Amino acid sequence: MIRVLLAGALLLAWTAASADPAEIKLGYLRRTEPKTRLSLTDIPADNNGIAGAQLALDDNNTTGKFLNQRFSLEEVRLGDNDDAAAAALALADRGVSLVLADLPADALLKAADAGRSRDLVFFNVGAVDDRLREENCRANVVHTAPTRSMLADALAQYLVWKQWRRWFLVVGSHPEDKLYADALRRAAKRFGARIVQEKVFEDTGGARRTDSGVVQIQRQLPVFTQGAPAYDVLIAADESDVFAPYLPYRTWDPRPVAGSAGLIPTSWDASHDQWGAVQLQERFAKKFSRPMTARDMQAWSAARMIGESASRTRSTDAKAMFDFLRSPDFALAAFKGQRLTLRDWNLQLRQPILLTDGRMIVSVSPQEGFQHQFSELDTLGFDRPETKCKLK
Amino acid sequence: MQAEIAMAGTARILRAGLFGGMLYVLLGGSAGAFTAYVSNEKSNTVSVIDTDKFQVAKTIKVGQRPRGILLTKDGKFLLVAVGDDDTIQMIDTTTHQIVANLPSGPDPELFTQDPTGKILYVANEDANTVTIIDLEKRVPLGEVQVGVEPEGMGISPDGKILVNTSETTNMAHFIDTATRQIVANVLVDARPRFAEFKRDGSEVWVSSEVGGTVSIIDPAKHTVTKKITFDIPGLRKEAIQPVGISLTKDGKTGFVALGPANRVAVLNGETHEVQKYLLVGQRVWQMAFTPDEKYLLTTNGVSNDVSVIDVASLKVIKSIQVGELPWGVAISQQ
Repeated sequence: MIRVLLAGALLLAWTAASADPAEIKLGYLRRTEPKTRLSLTDIPADNNGIAGAQLALDDNNTTGKFLNQRFSLEEVRLGDNDDAAAAALALADRGVSLVLADLPADALLKAADAGRSRDLVFFNVGAVDDRLREENCRANVVHTAPTRSMLADALAQYLVWKQWRRWFLVVGSHPEDKLYADALRRAAKRFGARIVQEKVFEDTGGARRTDSGVVQIQRQLPVFTQGAPAYDVLIAADESDVFAPYLPYRTWDPRPVAGSAGLIPTSWDASHDQWGAVQLQERFAKKFSRPMTARDMQAWSAARMIGESASRTRSTDAKAMFDFLRSPDFALAAFKGQRLTLRDWNLQLRQPILLTDGRMIVSVSPQEGFQHQFSELDTLGFDRPETKCKLK
Repeated sequence: MQAEIAMAGTARILRAGLFGGMLYVLLGGSAGAFTAYVSNEKSNTVSVIDTDKFQVAKTIKVGQRPRGILLTKDGKFLLVAVGDDDTIQMIDTTTHQIVANLPSGPDPELFTQDPTGKILYVANEDANTVTIIDLEKRVPLGEVQVGVEPEGMGISPDGKILVNTSETTNMAHFIDTATRQIVANVLVDARPRFAEFKRDGSEVWVSSEVGGTVSIIDPAKHTVTKKITFDIPGLRKEAIQPVGISLTKDGKTGFVALGPANRVAVLNGETHEVQKYLLVGQRVWQMAFTPDEKYLLTTNGVSNDVSVIDVASLKVIKSIQVGELPWGVAISQQ
């Protein structure tokens, strides 16, 4: 009898203890973003990216109330000389096993490789480099950021649908501009567009804003784009934001601009309002008093994936959650009109890509008619048969 | 004086009765004409359809972005959620005039009423709440905190349990209407949009738009007893997005609108097997039966029309052009 009572008391104690919510700690690793932009309205906010994760945490915690789960987020901001690997390990020491990373490709790889010994799982919310999903892919890195090839394919499908098949490609002089140009050339070839002329725009340095204003620009840009063979659209590959925003309305021939300015492919835009997106946009604007960016959305998606796997598995165990994300049962609702899933060969989040002119969503790719035997979303970016990724 | 009025009243009733009887004979006993009301999300209008002729008889101008639509139990008022105006408009069904704006809370979309028709339950997507409104006094009675982006609203036949679905939390919240407390939360697939009880209260059906499934929930045990999936040859999985659900009174047949799949699935209500897919207009959202259950009307958002399904033969017999981007439908009981 006494034993039964004791057992009862123990059970009560256990129930009381389990009433404390199970905690899931997320880390957010980032480098300070450069703030030089040609357009004042493009200057990123200090909380660009992490704000999306914070909003997703609110969403996760609302759900968590019903499941006795609590999510927290710890931000680590790295200076230029700080080691991403050491920072990741320090997060592991503090009980974090899931890390959202907004880092350049090499820093991300260092952190991921160091984190392997501690079973850290990373979510790449910033880097668009294809190599992170191809030859440099990692088994402990999930990617919510789209790749350059996905963005380029999304744009190309629309331009081809529009019958704007003759492209004038202008490429910046920085390495990332060249990578974007590679993706655009590949897209042209895949979808039947033709690059009729290619030109490099050298970054000669200098300030983004001057008291003398844009007088010279208005003279320089028409001359720069003069003498091109007949083309339908000018495409700028300028991730460094050196010249692309200057192009619209200043080309020698009256032609639309796309790529890094004009019609821009992106994972998110503050003007996107379809498929219930207004609700997310309003929640975001209310909390942070600014529009939601693509980086915010990529971080929101990562934190929501974690929330989703915690509620589905009823677990706070990172391995169980990661297993769920890689299973066929995982699907994320992210206001894109269809479920988002993971490519099992490289852990890239499949997603429709928005095409925005900065004020409106012009279209959403994949475009109708681009068929795929498995998922039309796999018409965007490197597909399974061509992947160089071997997850290990 | 009083007697005269009473006499006149009786005479009027008699005359109406006689006339109604004659009409019935003339039409050879066809189904009585009901009135269907369709909310057109883009046009900011409600199309009024005569279900005898299956034609639009009138168009009523309403507020911004009308979606959820319902008739009060007495049939006197049409309620339309106009989300961008943050209210539910109350429209007199005889005069077609807007007589009141209900305090619905922000951005109302779907709502339901208790079996007595006295209380309205409204999902507020932006506020993570369900607002409770006294329909007679037209005042708010309270709120229930639910998950992220509440949407679908289903009420048990006895009015004791309200089921609300939250689109980002991905749960069906079971709310005790007496205490206004959540008694259970049932996890379902992604983006649950609609909840419907069987008339005998034995099951709740919840559609998951992004997950592509319908969960059958046991409302006593609060568990998912079955998950229905849909497989349409030649159609990619992502295009199958279940939204509206309609169940016959006897619970033997269920209809599920599959959104951009442009089809309505017909299910055996007992075995939950899919029997047939009916091709309707593009992007089918919501559905409603005529009270005799002879016809089921569907709203087709992209093709701007309403499809009429003959329930006995399971055939689509007609489509009716309505306003732009039709979303919800309600049908009068008289």
